[in-house]
Amino acid sequence: MKRLLASTALMLCLALPTTAQDYTPDPNAKAGGTMTVTYKDDVATLDPAIGYDWQNWSMIKSLFDGLMDYVPGTTTLRPGLAESYEISEDGLVYTFKLRPGVKFHNGREMTAEDVKYSLDRVTNPATQSPGAGFFASIAGFEAAGEGGLSGVEVVDPQTVKITLTRPDATFLHVMALNFSFVVPKEVVEAEGADFGKKPVGTGAFKLTEWTLGQRLVFEKNADYWIAGVPYLDSFTAEVGQEPVVALLRLQNGEVDIPGDGIPPAKFQEVMADPAQAERVVQGGQLHTGYVTMNVTQPPFDKVEVRRAVNMAINKDRIVQIINGRAVPASQPLPPTMPGYTEGYAGYAYDVEGAKALMAEAGYPDGFETELFVMNTDPNPRIAQAIQQDLAAIGIKASIQSLAQANVIEAGGAGTAPMIWSGGMAWIADFPDPSNFYGPILGCAGAEEGGWNWSKYCNEALDAKAVEADSMFDAAEAEARLALWSDVYMGVMEDAPWAPVFNEERYTMKSERLGGEDALFVDPVSIPVNYDYVWVKE
Amino acid sequence: MATYLLRRLLVSLLILLGVSFITFVLLYVLPADPVRQIAGRSATAATVENIRRELGLDQPFLIQYGRYLAGLVQGDLGRSYLQKTEVAELIASRLPATLLLMLAAIVAELVLGLTIGIIAALKRGTVLDQTLMMTGFITVSAPQFVVALLLLYVFAVKLGWFPIGGYGTFAHLVLPALTLGILGSGWYSRMMRSSMIEVLRADFIRTARAKGLGRARVVLGHALPNAILPIIAMIGIDIGIFMGGIVVVESVFGWPGIGQLAWQAIQRVDIPIIMGVTLVSALAIVLGNLLADLVAPLIDPRIKLK
Repeated sequence: MKRLLASTALMLCLALPTTAQDYTPDPNAKAGGTMTVTYKDDVATLDPAIGYDWQNWSMIKSLFDGLMDYVPGTTTLRPGLAESYEISEDGLVYTFKLRPGVKFHNGREMTAEDVKYSLDRVTNPATQSPGAGFFASIAGFEAAGEGGLSGVEVVDPQTVKITLTRPDATFLHVMALNFSFVVPKEVVEAEGADFGKKPVGTGAFKLTEWTLGQRLVFEKNADYWIAGVPYLDSFTAEVGQEPVVALLRLQNGEVDIPGDGIPPAKFQEVMADPAQAERVVQGGQLHTGYVTMNVTQPPFDKVEVRRAVNMAINKDRIVQIINGRAVPASQPLPPTMPGYTEGYAGYAYDVEGAKALMAEAGYPDGFETELFVMNTDPNPRIAQAIQQDLAAIGIKASIQSLAQANVIEAGGAGTAPMIWSGGMAWIADFPDPSNFYGPILGCAGAEEGGWNWSKYCNEALDAKAVEADSMFDAAEAEARLALWSDVYMGVMEDAPWAPVFNEERYTMKSERLGGEDALFVDPVSIPVNYDYVWVKE
Repeated sequence: MATYLLRRLLVSLLILLGVSFITFVLLYVLPADPVRQIAGRSATAATVENIRRELGLDQPFLIQYGRYLAGLVQGDLGRSYLQKTEVAELIASRLPATLLLMLAAIVAELVLGLTIGIIAALKRGTVLDQTLMMTGFITVSAPQFVVALLLLYVFAVKLGWFPIGGYGTFAHLVLPALTLGILGSGWYSRMMRSSMIEVLRADFIRTARAKGLGRARVVLGHALPNAILPIIAMIGIDIGIFMGGIVVVESVFGWPGIGQLAWQAIQRVDIPIIMGVTLVSALAIVLGNLLADLVAPLIDPRIKLK
């Protein structure tokens, strides 16, 4: 295999699909029409370098494009603004060939200069991008600033060459992430900090109206580079709408999609009504809810205690508490994530076994501890269930119910012995197993202020993770996922977390909306893929 | 009068300064880091520190507060941490909606409260009086969130008389204004009732009756103008009470006012917005009280300003 590789050309062409139409839309799809979606919270910004909210994530995807993209409704990568790409044999140089004739909403043609400008901008500290860290593998990242990234080179107006400092198997996902989306330099410079309110991109829709605190109107980009997309002529996002009110308006025919989903308090009522239940769309989500245990402090420094906690929690009962809107979790990765270990059952619910482990660890009579939890429903109720389960094996956990920001603070500082992650739990930024490790289970996240609330750091696993992420070759993809599976099995062995459930998303659509269900629970274009849904009449 | 006004304005300014300082201290000592909210989950430690430095949040407290005040005297409320938009613009875009709602709510509570109060006073001691007062007691104690949803469900969803939340037309205004108005009407009806009863006992009313004036003339022409005096003074103070209620009511009805803005900002620790809304609300309360004090001598010559 090695000899074969060496004998091929210097550049390895790994994937060259020249069309982005490798997605067959619903043959019944009709063009035209409009729809209304609601959100409770305001849209903060539509600047792709900054936006990182539930509301704006897929709006930004509709306004802008990246070099890479995903097949709608799936986690499969496909080329976006890049027509094709080549990866050098050592995995360090990515050469993207841009699609010709792609225009920004202002009519100017997008070129390689714009790609470079966008990557320079997102990594420039002055931009304050929350996503800057995703680009750390690009050469020159450490010195990023006014001068731009030395690793991003414009070869010609249609070609961009990106040099990495280490092979990074997730790099193509990073090039599909909102933070990497291409923006036009002249508009960004003219608008300054207001670019987020007056976005101009290459996307399927353009923003035509934004009344602060009320509504945003998106209109079809007739010049969009994917022929026939989008289907809708326009869509309106109304903000400041309580989920309960949004549901009432949906029942009244005024709203097509409640962007925040079905409110928990109304869930049973909706499911009990066949007419409404029929319009409910269910989908998996790249999410895991877990209990973290701070491994640096007794008694959770003992692996037996952490395993005992895993065995003491009755996950089925907790799933019942949230009306079955989740599936019990056996491991950190959610089932829809590549690299998930099929057939691994995790720690089974076993009170006697847990008690035995407690005795083995030297705590036959248990101990007292604290369980931190975010104070919005249903999290305190879930924490109470966990509290009862722990009491059965002698652990007396007092519940600290706090505002989200305060729990995150305590988790980062390492002052919380246990945290129930609900409301703050990990949802993947991109569909790759590595995204569930580094920040929340790896040594890098265990530092002060990091999101690894267990403060768990297993250097052998970290090394394995680095090894997996250096396997950039598509031919090694299977082997790479197997290695990631190993990493997560190693995590379960050490048990810094007790994985509890993987949330399922339940949303609704009005009767007049068409399009595959997967578009309404798109794992990447969260919460809705606006580009591909359509209206029936 | 001029010195009185000058002194009051000076005191108001000091109050606002005090409010800004206390709010700033509270937000500073809050065990929640605004930078983490901006940076999100995936940010590396380097990104977090960079954002902290860019926003000047790595500076000592007094320097941060000094910078804020320096901006404030130039009319600069800063930019939102998360939205990057000017706070002044965010507030300006939402203030008209809140002012409209407050005005409508004041009208609603006065119409409801005064009518109920007058009727109760005239029918004092009857079952009607007791029922009205009991209802007032309930509306004062009912949580606004519940009242709002109840009105929404009955009048918008079931009867379809009004739109289900939103903003734009008079029909949109009715239910949120009623929700706020119903709360206040409980207070006003009680005050109006006792004030009216007192006035009805007064000598000049007896005189008016003795002159042979009709019942309506006596009540509306003689009793009401006198009984209403203490009520007017209350309206200024009401603005403060409304500021609290508006957060809930605006959320339920999707009313794009500053209450909603404040609520979202608090959840995300967006300090410039929280500061801006707090100061604007404080200003409204201070001005409301000042206005009530200034108006009082105009309607009751017995009151003198000094």
